[in-house]
Amino acid sequence: MFVKNLLDKAYKMEKDKRVPVVEMRSVTKTFPGVVANECVDLALYAGEVLALLGENGAGKSTLMNVLCGLYRPDEGEIFIRGRKAEINSPRDSQRLGIGMVHQNFKLVDSMTVLENIILGMKDQGFIPDMKKVRAEVTSLSEKYNLSVNPDASIWQLSVGEQQRVEILKLLYRKAEILILDEPTAVLTPQESQELSKVIHLMRTEGKSAIFITHKMEEVMTFSDRVMVLRKGKVAAELSTSSTSPRDLAKLMVGREVLFELEKKPFQPGEAVLRLEKVCALDDRGLPALKDVSFEIRKGEIVGIAGVAGNGQRELAETITGLRRLTAGSVRIQQKDVTNAKPLTIIKAGVAHIPQDRSSVGAVGDMSVASNLAMKDYRKKPLSVGIFLIPQRILSMAKKLIDTFRIATPSPETHVKFLSGGNIQKTILAREIGSCKNLLVAVYPSRGLDIGATESVRKQLVEQRDKGLGVLFISEDIDELIQVADTILVMFEGKIMGNVPAASADPEKIGLMMAGVSQTENEGIDISQGVMTS
Amino acid sequence: MKILFEKRKSTSVPALFLVPLFSFMVSLMLTGLVLIIFGTNPFSTFSAMAKGAFGSSNGFSETLVKAIPLMLTGLGVAIAFRLKFWNIGAEGQLTLGGVAAAWVALFLSPSIPSALLLPAVLLVGCLAGALWAGIPAFLKTRLKVDETLVTLMLNYVAVLFSEYLYYGPWRDPKGYGFPGSAPFPDEAWLPRIMGRAHIGIYFAVVAALILWVVFKRTRWGFELSIIGASQKAARYQGIAVERNIFLAILLSGALSGLAGASEVTGISHRLQQGLSLGYGYTAIIVAWMSQLNPLAIPFVSLLLAGILTGGDQVQLMMGLPSAMGIVMQGLILFPMLAGSLFTEYRIKFIRKQPKAACVEGEA
Amino acid sequence: MDLITSILTITIRAGTSLVFATIGEILTERAGILNLGIEGIMLMGAVTSFAASFYSHNLVFALLVACGVGAFMALIHAFLTVTMRANQVVSGLSLTLFGTGFASFLGQKLGPQSNNFRLVGLKGAKFTPINVEALSQIPVLGALFKQDILTYAVYLIIPLAWYFLYKTRPGLWLRSVGEDPQTADAMGIDVIKTKYFYTILGGILIALGGAHLSLSYTPGWSENLTGGRGWIVIALVIFSMWNPARSIWGAMLFGGINAVQFRLQASGTNIPASFLNMLPYLGTITVLVVMTWWEALSKKIGAPAALGAAYMREDK
Repeated sequence: MFVKNLLDKAYKMEKDKRVPVVEMRSVTKTFPGVVANECVDLALYAGEVLALLGENGAGKSTLMNVLCGLYRPDEGEIFIRGRKAEINSPRDSQRLGIGMVHQNFKLVDSMTVLENIILGMKDQGFIPDMKKVRAEVTSLSEKYNLSVNPDASIWQLSVGEQQRVEILKLLYRKAEILILDEPTAVLTPQESQELSKVIHLMRTEGKSAIFITHKMEEVMTFSDRVMVLRKGKVAAELSTSSTSPRDLAKLMVGREVLFELEKKPFQPGEAVLRLEKVCALDDRGLPALKDVSFEIRKGEIVGIAGVAGNGQRELAETITGLRRLTAGSVRIQQKDVTNAKPLTIIKAGVAHIPQDRSSVGAVGDMSVASNLAMKDYRKKPLSVGIFLIPQRILSMAKKLIDTFRIATPSPETHVKFLSGGNIQKTILAREIGSCKNLLVAVYPSRGLDIGATESVRKQLVEQRDKGLGVLFISEDIDELIQVADTILVMFEGKIMGNVPAASADPEKIGLMMAGVSQTENEGIDISQGVMTS
Repeated sequence: MKILFEKRKSTSVPALFLVPLFSFMVSLMLTGLVLIIFGTNPFSTFSAMAKGAFGSSNGFSETLVKAIPLMLTGLGVAIAFRLKFWNIGAEGQLTLGGVAAAWVALFLSPSIPSALLLPAVLLVGCLAGALWAGIPAFLKTRLKVDETLVTLMLNYVAVLFSEYLYYGPWRDPKGYGFPGSAPFPDEAWLPRIMGRAHIGIYFAVVAALILWVVFKRTRWGFELSIIGASQKAARYQGIAVERNIFLAILLSGALSGLAGASEVTGISHRLQQGLSLGYGYTAIIVAWMSQLNPLAIPFVSLLLAGILTGGDQVQLMMGLPSAMGIVMQGLILFPMLAGSLFTEYRIKFIRKQPKAACVEGEA
Repeated sequence: MDLITSILTITIRAGTSLVFATIGEILTERAGILNLGIEGIMLMGAVTSFAASFYSHNLVFALLVACGVGAFMALIHAFLTVTMRANQVVSGLSLTLFGTGFASFLGQKLGPQSNNFRLVGLKGAKFTPINVEALSQIPVLGALFKQDILTYAVYLIIPLAWYFLYKTRPGLWLRSVGEDPQTADAMGIDVIKTKYFYTILGGILIALGGAHLSLSYTPGWSENLTGGRGWIVIALVIFSMWNPARSIWGAMLFGGINAVQFRLQASGTNIPASFLNMLPYLGTITVLVVMTWWEALSKKIGAPAALGAAYMREDK
């Protein structure tokens, strides 16, 4: 303990002598109604990886957007290699050697990899020499092991490949300071490992990286130092080796995080949902679901794990009638609802919390009250014959707003003015109110802060305790282990394995998420290498 | 000092009234400018226009004559626009409505009892308009073909078709060589109430009221609002999106068809050139200026019709080109388009604030 | 042979104004702006350049006037849709409404006193065909060389526009703005400036298309000179799939129908003029349907993905 403190002090003294590669002083940025960053100080040194940790809405992305020129700070200054920098646009930051890989990639789908790499570069001349570009890109891609077809169009590439293009873009522009926003959110565990190797290689060349995350494990794995943001302010700044996920979680939230969830004992009843050999295509006409079979029983939460994009969304859509099956059957309480219309399925007592909350689950340009009425408006008491009764809609809305504690100035406020968490609460209120048999929840806590996330999970468990069946699709293995009773893992449209949550092993689940089937990985003993400096 | 466009936290109600008003003022100024450049006194011109359009019963009835088709087609266009279906084809739907009405009046009149003739004529006009709108609706809902262009092209097809008819097979043999059909039988004449203005005005007002009730108070209207806001959300709620769009667009076309049928039975009593003075396009302006609100459409129609009538009057009295009215209509729109920004955004002037000290040890 | 050559000659002449306007609108739409004001701009370009040529007898000046008018009108549209974020469809239609009306207004006010201030019926300076000797004697293809200088300019503009769009850096930037303005902005491209620039450039080319009508094709001025060509251009843009090289085919097709119908009527066929006139419009609808179907089948994206949407950087 004493030695550790001594080492920390020595490290800090060493650090203080060096000039930071990036220094942000007292940066403040506000948007209408919200202070995204307040008096934030940040320092990044050469050859190190800094993690920016915080909940959704803590201000991490905003801060980095300021650094890379997409936003202008209201207050504060930025110094690059000791000299004051005016960063008014993305181009300014690029010129200073800063490059950012955003969560939603800044790639033009219809253009090729090479075109995207040189997009926006003035020094390409009037007629770019594509041969030279191709040669440089190929050599970079070999050096850093970022293989991708330079002439492919972006829409043809997988998400992992697209991320490689983004990184190549930065390297091509000689970026020295790389900012990565939630880079592993869309990667399989294997791809994450490869990414960490790439970052490691860059560090040995003296480049530095900041990566934004809200996952504690990533911080421990990837970074040298970590800065925790909470509600726009710096909560802590420490070296990674001196902290732990639990400490970080506390700093992130400011209070003890309840990792436990209270559930009634697991006593499933009859099957509420049964899928048999369901096959379906995705929007591009490629197979999205391949012979999916499972069932959900009353009083059971079945969790679906897997990296997003492996068929989860299509699965939810086939169950709720929004996508055609090409084979197989779906039964709800013995009734065959294969390829039934959404309305039939709604009438069969199925509620659906969709992945896309702001344009599917809720209608932003209509009021909270209207949104709350969108399931039940066809029946009494909200309507009589062809007419709607506005007063009853309003009173029902007021009740729901109260019960679910939806923060809104009035029931008539348009939903688009609500925060993400409150939009989700509105959707929950509506769906749970009309749910009789089955609740399908697709990434329900994505993008929500811890408070909203907790309440979403509680709601799911409540419905299950009431005897409903719940299908819970999530990217967060820990969340699934806590909340679900049974966990299924999806990879490339197939169910790779089926484990009871109580005895689930996150590492084995991770393997299944990456394509190793349950039977295969029964016999594997994994040694998890920790990837830090 | 910086100027910033900042998104409002809720749609501003005062802006909804003030912006159109202000835009109208600006357009008056712009038109006045044009008049001055061409050597005419804007004030006398405007007052002549106002007097011409509203000052006398003759003028007012002429204003009504122009307003009625604008109201009906405007309502039709508004329905479509609420669903984000860009129906630019009101002109063609109106024309075909007139053609179909003429067909019934000229050729089916012997076989229909005279009491039912006029209703039949009008009904068929509606159906024709609905049919003409149904084509792009079908193409959009089934084949995902963009409606903006199809509706536009069909306008020309409809107009050319009607030209073919009254220059050709339907031409009045007793017409002294003028292109146009024979006059309709008396039973197929739409009764007039004031000057040349006919009972179509009642159709328009009733339609406006009904549409308002539909959108605000019925289940179907609610579903249409959801479809207009987000088709994905509507589908997710179990609403039959394609079928509803199709029905609504048929209704949209029917209203324009009714406008056409009313024109031929109420004004010209025959099928001839000049059936539509571009009403179908002006209707788009009407609908947009009324912010797609059925109750506002009759008033906006009166305003724009007044401008057109006023323009005719000043042509007679002051020798200005009749196109003046059209120019002014165009000029109203630009300030309104510019102003529409302010219903959603606010201008903020940012003064440099004195720096707030960042206290150490915040967290 | 002779018949084909003469049809081809007229077709190319008729197609010239269409090509100008089509390439102009292609550039505008490639930047993500839909400009439905083409008809209005063409009419204004036609009337103002005709008036200019009548008074000055100077064709270059007349063309410059058209350019200025087109640029100004397009500037209005750009300002309304880009800066004031107004609805692009309504803005474009307003421009057409205004342009049509104002052109008619000017046609009755800009003339000399001797003609009652009207421009109708007057003769101004005009572009005459310049036959390229030897080449113009070739059967059929000789038609290409019996055109006026504006058409010869078009022969250059088409490949230049194609090369610009697909092989140069500014062309790449332009395409990215129409496809994905947020990405373009993040890559340091000034999206706002790009939209303004190409909308205005588009307006200039469109107005030149109108000028060709009043200074060469018709020539002269009359009410509704363009006869709805502006609307056909919108179709042609889609027909060429936003690719300047393909604009030739559409323009030739519709120019050809225009030319052919006079021939047919002269030769006394029974097809009523009205139906012939319908062909371009029906043809466009057919093309649209087929293209949409084909696009769905082949998943190739033709239209700039972000056509018609306004864009602001700090919108959360």
